[in-house]
Amino acid sequence: MSTNGLLIDYEFCTGCHACEVACRTELGLPVDKWGIQVLQMGPWQIDDKRWEYEFVPVPTELCNLCESRVEAGKLPTCVHHCQSAIIKYGSKEELAEAMTKKKMVLFTPV
Amino acid sequence: MDAPKEGVYKQDWQWQEGEYTVTRTTQWSGPGCHNGCGVLLYTKDGKLEKVEGDPNMPFMQGRLCMRCLALVEAVNHPDRVTHPLKRVGERGENKWEQITWDEAYDIIVERSREITEKYGARAIACQAGTGRNATWQMPALSWAGFKSPNDCGGFLSGDSCYTPRMASMNAMFGCTLVVDCSQFFEDRYNNPEWKAPDYTLIWGCNPVVSNSDGFMGHWIVDTMKLGTKLIVVDPRLTWLAAKAEYHLQLRPGTDAALALGFLNVIINEELYDADFVDKWTYGFDMLKERVQDYPVSKVSEITWVPEELIVEAARAYAKADTAALQWGLPIDQSQHGVAGGHALGCLWAITGNVDKPGANICVTTGYVQADIRAAIMGQQPKEIREGRLGDDQFPFRAHGPGGHALPDALLEALETEKPYPMKMLFISSTNTFANMGAAAKRVYEAMLKAEFIVVAELFMTPTAVGCADIVLPMAMSPERNALRGWWAPFRSITKVTQTGECKSDETLVLELGKRLNPERWPWENDIEMLEYCMHNLSSSKFSGTFEELKEKVYVFDPFEYNKFEKGMLRPDGLQGFNTPSGRIELYMHSFADIDLDPLPYYVEPVESPVSTPELCEEYPFVLSTGQRSYEFFHSEHRQIASLRAFHPDPMVELNPADAAKLGISDGDWVHLENPHGTCKMKARLCPGQLSGVVCAEHGWWFPEKEAAAPSLFGVFESNINLLTTAGMDVIGPTGYGSPYKCQICKVYKA
Repeated sequence: MSTNGLLIDYEFCTGCHACEVACRTELGLPVDKWGIQVLQMGPWQIDDKRWEYEFVPVPTELCNLCESRVEAGKLPTCVHHCQSAIIKYGSKEELAEAMTKKKMVLFTPV
Repeated sequence: MDAPKEGVYKQDWQWQEGEYTVTRTTQWSGPGCHNGCGVLLYTKDGKLEKVEGDPNMPFMQGRLCMRCLALVEAVNHPDRVTHPLKRVGERGENKWEQITWDEAYDIIVERSREITEKYGARAIACQAGTGRNATWQMPALSWAGFKSPNDCGGFLSGDSCYTPRMASMNAMFGCTLVVDCSQFFEDRYNNPEWKAPDYTLIWGCNPVVSNSDGFMGHWIVDTMKLGTKLIVVDPRLTWLAAKAEYHLQLRPGTDAALALGFLNVIINEELYDADFVDKWTYGFDMLKERVQDYPVSKVSEITWVPEELIVEAARAYAKADTAALQWGLPIDQSQHGVAGGHALGCLWAITGNVDKPGANICVTTGYVQADIRAAIMGQQPKEIREGRLGDDQFPFRAHGPGGHALPDALLEALETEKPYPMKMLFISSTNTFANMGAAAKRVYEAMLKAEFIVVAELFMTPTAVGCADIVLPMAMSPERNALRGWWAPFRSITKVTQTGECKSDETLVLELGKRLNPERWPWENDIEMLEYCMHNLSSSKFSGTFEELKEKVYVFDPFEYNKFEKGMLRPDGLQGFNTPSGRIELYMHSFADIDLDPLPYYVEPVESPVSTPELCEEYPFVLSTGQRSYEFFHSEHRQIASLRAFHPDPMVELNPADAAKLGISDGDWVHLENPHGTCKMKARLCPGQLSGVVCAEHGWWFPEKEAAAPSLFGVFESNINLLTTAGMDVIGPTGYGSPYKCQICKVYKA
């Protein structure tokens, strides 16, 4: 297992698919495969005032944490292109320390 | 670890990265959207192979949406139009002969001269859409090329896209105002003057998807991460609405009423900024009197929004130290759109949320399209303007040096030859009856009456196949040199690749203009013309060459807050606003002068549960149209497989309980029908959507279907504009505003 992962602040994922398309383009995947896939919860009503409506991008088996980009000194393409700037790349330790708010998830894709 | 290595993304405008040349530039439709994100274009042997976001471009700091990420697929798409085509056989047969550009130009010049001789130059209309950088080129070609005043949108009824809101802002403030997300500063959110607003009131738009009018919707998410709370006015439960403190689900078409209800609460509870109102506004007492006609109980009944919610939301907006108001199309797309814009403008005016950090700020720079139009049109003889379609009937449209011909007047002139015959259409970057043409079938049939039609396009579209006599192959954004500014920064668009014989709109109008009217087109090439444009912009101050702008990639004009206190909004340099009274006109003098209501008001849509209850027995739903998707920009991108995979079918959104009553399940094909027409879409059941309202997408045609007429790529199968209305009697009294977003319909399973 790699020492690195992805920290995602999914409270602010808008489900825009940018990460999916960036990743697919980078890995050369066809349209029925994903390297990161946005999953959706809701909308369903919690109570009078609240709705559950969240998107959560999840790296798949095909995610290799953008090895070649990282080697070239770049960030993984999902991190670079996310319109909400909610994906961070780093060591598990660093990322765990950055989990300072609710609705964050730390993925270890490899 | 969370930043790229130093030096990987350079500040240079161009560099070598392995086998690639990397160019920093800006992307703008086509294909694309209404913004100008910073991109890195990777080319090898002149071919575009990769695109990344440019982290050194402050606009989006390297972030990109799925459309820019699929740009390579679009540029290299096998279905692009790459050579000029001349029609053989009848219109709609889709039979073409490849010709040269010279031959195409010769034909266009010859036909336009014949038509001019027989009917006058004004018998020629030049039409553009909302994108592909053609919003100044078509007016320039019209005025300086053909010498016709009739430049207009591709049958966008009532010019109902941003223009009604601009009309009300100009009358009230003497300028445009936009939401401040630090986009005027190079250091963006790090700028010491900027702050995130306490509340953003998002009215009638889904900015993260629509990104309209030079504003990136995800900037709102940036502010949410900094603590900004939301109030959302939308019949749909969007992601933003689900995240909002207050979600007001209003009946489409009633925006002005709700805004007046807000004003009623804010004024009667004295939550407005009395100091600001006193010093900087005109007509407060008259506005106060007017809003008494809109008590919350009445507004609630009209809008379907519960009274308490109206009151709480209005209070939250007014009591915030700083509040921003981001608004959208529903305001324009009603008959009395200008009144709605007026009412909303009063909200930020009376709360003092004007030109201060995080609020709605006055913009005086960067409306490049309008400036270029003014620079070129301003050079032409004044007589050309005479008889512009729509001016006679609507004094508000005739008022002032700018504006366009009225698309509804063009429609009727094609049909009836009144006030005079229209015989030629030059169409660039618009898919008329496939996209923004209300009463789509009517538009198509009217267009066929023109004797000569040129369509300049990226792909063969229903418009091209259905109507064109000549098709011209147009360049996509990475294939042209152009300017981009709306609103900040001022950007260059740099050509890095060439496809077939495609030309940019700039090159097209210059080459054609030189043949039609050479003394008005003195430039040798597109770069020289762009430099003339750059040096004659009233609103951006770059005086270098195009090369220099290209190498800078972008330039920020200086921006200051509180310009009205500093005398920066008026040509005479005095404090205040560029209006007749020098103040923000809550009561608009310019409207009173031409017998239009100088105060905001609400009028029911022509067809609605209130205006036409009998009709609504058969057509019980309120129909809103045109909600945006991440995948597409209007009718673009349907052939881009990597985008279409996410959104294969045209969708109509229904409340689940409403759908259940009709026996409709999620994913069922359904018919939408009203007195004007019918179409077929796939149902999406949306929990939380306002009951009684359906929302149907627009711009649907199917590049994979039969191209030839009558199919025209299936353009009349799922075209919501078969249910909308156009015409001089449909649009509002200002001549701006048309009810695209407040129709009625019934829905039944297919």
